[in-house]
Amino acid sequence: MSETAIIAAPGAETPGAARTGDMPVLDVDRLTIVARSPAGDTPLVEDLSFELRRGETLCIAGESGSGKSMTSLAIMGLLPQPAVRVAAGSIRFGGDDLTSLDERAMRRIRGDRIAMIFQEPMTSLNPVLSIGRQLIEAIETHTSETRTQSRARAIEALKAVRIPQAEQRMRQYPHELSGGMRQRVMIAMALALRPDILIADEPTTALDVTVQGEVLELLRDLQREFGTSIILITHDMGVVAEMADRVIVMRQGRIVEAGEAIPLFSAPREPYTRALLDAVPRMGDGMKGTAAARSVKPVKPILSVDGLTVRFDIKGGLLGRTTHRVHAVENVGFQIGNCETFSLVGESGCGKSTIAKALTGLVPFTGNVRLDGVPVSGLDREGRKRVRRDIQMIFQDPFASLDPRMRVGDLVGEPMVIHGIGSAQERRDRVAALFERVGLTADQLDRYPHEFSGGQRQRICIARALALRPKLIIADESVSALDVSVQARVLELLKELQNDFGIAYLFISHDMAVVENISDRVAVMYLGQIVEMGTRDQIFSDPRHPYTKRLIDAVPVPDPSRKRHRFPRMDSDIPSPVYPLGTGPVRNALVDMGEGHLVGAVS
Amino acid sequence: MSEPISPDLAAPVVSAPRYDSAWSRLLRRPLAILGLVIILATVLGAVFAPWLTAFEPDAQMFDGLTIEGAPLPPDGKFWLGTDLLGRDLLTRILYGARTSLVIGIAANGTALIIGTLIGVTAGFFRGFVGAVLMRFTDLMMAFPALLLAICLAAIFQPSLWIVAMVIALVNWVQTARVIFTQTSSLAEREFIDAERTLGAGSVRILFRHILPHLVPTIIVWGTLGISTTVLLEATLSYLGVGVQPPTPSWGNIIFENQTYFQAAPWLVFFPGMAILALALGFNLVGDALRDILDPTQRGRE
Repeated sequence: MSETAIIAAPGAETPGAARTGDMPVLDVDRLTIVARSPAGDTPLVEDLSFELRRGETLCIAGESGSGKSMTSLAIMGLLPQPAVRVAAGSIRFGGDDLTSLDERAMRRIRGDRIAMIFQEPMTSLNPVLSIGRQLIEAIETHTSETRTQSRARAIEALKAVRIPQAEQRMRQYPHELSGGMRQRVMIAMALALRPDILIADEPTTALDVTVQGEVLELLRDLQREFGTSIILITHDMGVVAEMADRVIVMRQGRIVEAGEAIPLFSAPREPYTRALLDAVPRMGDGMKGTAAARSVKPVKPILSVDGLTVRFDIKGGLLGRTTHRVHAVENVGFQIGNCETFSLVGESGCGKSTIAKALTGLVPFTGNVRLDGVPVSGLDREGRKRVRRDIQMIFQDPFASLDPRMRVGDLVGEPMVIHGIGSAQERRDRVAALFERVGLTADQLDRYPHEFSGGQRQRICIARALALRPKLIIADESVSALDVSVQARVLELLKELQNDFGIAYLFISHDMAVVENISDRVAVMYLGQIVEMGTRDQIFSDPRHPYTKRLIDAVPVPDPSRKRHRFPRMDSDIPSPVYPLGTGPVRNALVDMGEGHLVGAVS
Repeated sequence: MSEPISPDLAAPVVSAPRYDSAWSRLLRRPLAILGLVIILATVLGAVFAPWLTAFEPDAQMFDGLTIEGAPLPPDGKFWLGTDLLGRDLLTRILYGARTSLVIGIAANGTALIIGTLIGVTAGFFRGFVGAVLMRFTDLMMAFPALLLAICLAAIFQPSLWIVAMVIALVNWVQTARVIFTQTSSLAEREFIDAERTLGAGSVRILFRHILPHLVPTIIVWGTLGISTTVLLEATLSYLGVGVQPPTPSWGNIIFENQTYFQAAPWLVFFPGMAILALALGFNLVGDALRDILDPTQRGRE
């Protein structure tokens, strides 16, 4: 963002104009944050210095544990004291050192001059107050305006973040809004008071990729209008490239590299930065992959799904009768071949995870599902158990999917106990072998899940899924929660295991770049139906359906010199899949465009 | 990928020291040891009561009362004084420990087991079974506990074990409610789904994956229940449907003597202290056990 743009901006405050130029808005000098522990103080952030200039976007990038969030909390004066505190250094803002201000002085600055938005908008909004009330309250805390004035200002703020029908939205509660809308409300709340600095901590991580595109675009627009300085904290190098004027790369509490975005991306000096950039899955990389050769016609289908439909009843009325149904999955059909990776992509609520749950027997479904030629529905207890053995699942959050009170060795061995495979000794040997295979060591068997890192936990889940030698593994967003470098390694492991054991994968993800890198064939889902299906090359080099195109367009590219053209904004939310009883969505007929490239009709 | 970024594999997982048995870790906590000492002292006092005092629990002694017929304060002969009938208070408290321990452990234990079983079943299976069980629990909760206890005690011949059973039948309700809530939220957790996708049956999920998570709650309710049940027994004794006099229990010692509270406060004070100390003892041990049995606390101390 250039300086001239700020001065020209109508929203820029007049006293600010005098301070433009090289005067930094925020000056962090040799900041050290420590956590108290029995063994003495452990540094979380060490010797961190940076300046934030008026109207610029500074990205702090780093993986989990790099201290980036601690830095933002320190600026806001929100460190969980006394466990974590600033041990040395200063944070200069205006004429004050924020590290030495007391809570009352900090409260005046917080929200008013420095505002923050968090990753998860649902948890940062109060669920029992309407968004209008929360906005008005935020404004009233810091100004002496009357209720009517505050209200007008709140509506103005909602309009500024492009929320349609702002007046009506004021009465709505957080749960009535979609994730993207909620994050916009958070941004409106943060910007309503025209702060000098906006700290955005992973603002789009919890959002769908198309929504992410919209939110980032909005942040850029607002910055241009108001001249706010933004500190954007993110792990996503694509987002960094898209937003940053300057970048700080952090690792384990220290700055690894800092500088202007374009030179940093084109010629990173530090090996860590280079490695971080290399680990980012890029669109287009998959084309060069060797897997492309394999993606010809599958030999024989391991899983064939036909007319899969999942509906959930919504009961209402006095007598609690079913009045509406959620059409979560509607008439979906696909086949997964031997040793093939088939990906389902789509945004939240499109039904992709419901398909996984249906296939693993967690939700009832109608339709014809055959595993290795044998139908999986209408089985007795024993039959169902046999099917379970052949379809295994890896969940998104490895910590949530492992019983925290069991040792990991027992967890990995448990599937064999359930299916009565081997003696205790054989099982132990196999568990140890599996541990080694997924890159862990056998002496870790007696530990509990919380003693491992995120990537290691996901490896444990993979070992667990492999224990029964399944024919198909469903990976539901299995790498989404991991840092990019860890993600790359886990994906590599999955590919290796596929070659070793000949497993087919059903890979479910919202991340187009990951999907492109790992898949043989891809199906794009929208509102419970497949809108496009084909080989990876067909989908990514020749997308036909507008939704597929939109999804691919929305992926941030980790290359700041290729700043994106304006992203088309959708003014409405994704329509709801809830229909009154007796009606339903229009079934989308797929048309073959040649060589098995199926495309749905555009409605 | 180059080596510098490998937080995944190279992450320094705290090197695991060998973990000792729960028992030896319990003995490393001073407060837990204090709790154990209190419990042990109570048990020994109850068992060896005949050898610890020179008096019979129901012997009304002529020199146990003043000339005016008032109870004696603590002195060299009656260490804790005497009660309104001239019986030695220390002796009665020691013998009363037998009753109170049976009530505190047997009645409270039974109540916990019933509550846990009903709560877990209702929380895990939900549906019709769950609804029936929980509505029954609500009904029991709404019903005045004392009235129910009196009815039950009136139907059966009062004896120590009948009283314990009556107390168990009244006291399981709160446990069931709490366990139900916790089980139903546990059943929604993702690792339970993960178990199902492995093919694990309900029994396995219930006993291997849900019950261990309930242990802390059960321990807390168990230790809280000790004092509640001991006092409930006292109430029942007071109403004449509890342990029948002259058999002493801590509760009925207090209630027998409460009319003398102003003149002879030790009569209420000492048995009251005994109840408090026993509850405290179980609380301390329970707290320590809850932490020790929780593997997710490992390495975080």
